[in-house]
Amino acid sequence: MEVMTITSENFEKEVLQSAEPVLIDFWASWCGPCRMLSPIVDQVAAEATGGFKVGKVNVDEEGELAEQFNIMNIPCLLVFKDGKVANKSVGMIPKPQVEQLVKSAM
Amino acid sequence: MYDIIIIGAGTAGLSAAIYGLRAGKKVLVLEQLSYGGQIINTPEIENYPGIKNISGFDFATGLYEQAAALGAEVKYEQVTGIADGAEKTVTTSGGTYNCKAIIIATGAKNRPLGLERETELVGGGVSYCATCDGAFYKKRPVAVNGGGNTALEDALFLSNYCSKVYLIHRRDAFRGEVKQVEQLKAKENVEFVLNATVTALLGREQLEGVEVTDKISGEKRTLQVDGLFIAIGQMPENAVFAPLIKLDAAGYVEAGEDCRTNVEGIYAAGDCRTKTVRQLTTAAADGAVAALAACAYIG
Repeated sequence: MEVMTITSENFEKEVLQSAEPVLIDFWASWCGPCRMLSPIVDQVAAEATGGFKVGKVNVDEEGELAEQFNIMNIPCLLVFKDGKVANKSVGMIPKPQVEQLVKSAM
Repeated sequence: MYDIIIIGAGTAGLSAAIYGLRAGKKVLVLEQLSYGGQIINTPEIENYPGIKNISGFDFATGLYEQAAALGAEVKYEQVTGIADGAEKTVTTSGGTYNCKAIIIATGAKNRPLGLERETELVGGGVSYCATCDGAFYKKRPVAVNGGGNTALEDALFLSNYCSKVYLIHRRDAFRGEVKQVEQLKAKENVEFVLNATVTALLGREQLEGVEVTDKISGEKRTLQVDGLFIAIGQMPENAVFAPLIKLDAAGYVEAGEDCRTNVEGIYAAGDCRTKTVRQLTTAAADGAVAALAACAYIG
């Protein structure tokens, strides 16, 4: 599955109005742990057989989205379900935990 | 059957892997989280000999790719125990592995304050990495807790963004560099809160303030801050080895510059062992020393 680049423009449509849960990775290029987590999120997306979507928000480019969801630490993973935050995880976590974060919202 | 199993894929562990592999040994590296270790949190490294400037992420990735290209096997599993015998064994969340020598390179992690709701508030105002999270506190009041170089660097970094920076330290003198203390004193938005400890975290979902207690008078004071950056040092994670390996009172593996532990054929490299200097270069150096000692032991 393709990882979506989420911006304030497509956020409403791709995330809030999504029929399926959406895993969103809030990250920045200068954040080492974000760059460690990023390929894991890519892998989770690549191996997914459906049932959820995956997107990334660059907090430098999308400061408003980061502020809207009170992102104070990155990397931060949010799982949106029915337009609301269902799960949240802060910091680097291993792949099984990323999968669990999504699954528990499905 | 492996020649050497290395526990931890930080700078010490990956350096050990490179030396072991170049000596022709079969090497397995076990890591619970991600390769790179603590250095991935550092935006810029400027004290590694021969490299003027590199990000921690690039350094870690380079090290990982170097080890992988030499044939290192890396498994992301948590080690639950080790045992000595004719063959040594390492048990993990994923299985049991046999080897001739073990190198413990588990590093260290940020020491928490141990306050109620501290873990819950990570992501809501509590942070252990000012360079990662500082930018989210632009024009907002924050506090830094600690007295070493990291705390001073964090306070300086944050003073460029934040409306106010309280530097809370349990003593009246700093362990960190004098130059940095002077720089901080010159900043108008930095206030020193000395001889004080953080005794409570205030706020529900988001941090709204911290309660500090003066160690001399016992007086309590509330600092209204949106962020608390904890920089009170590191702690090792070696409890799993304690039945076999001698640890000091703080939990570091007792080993000298030769990286030898109390068990023959088991070595400790990098921040996880007793030592006075914990730097990137000393972690890499330990990796080499431990791997070559392991090679000599295997024969």
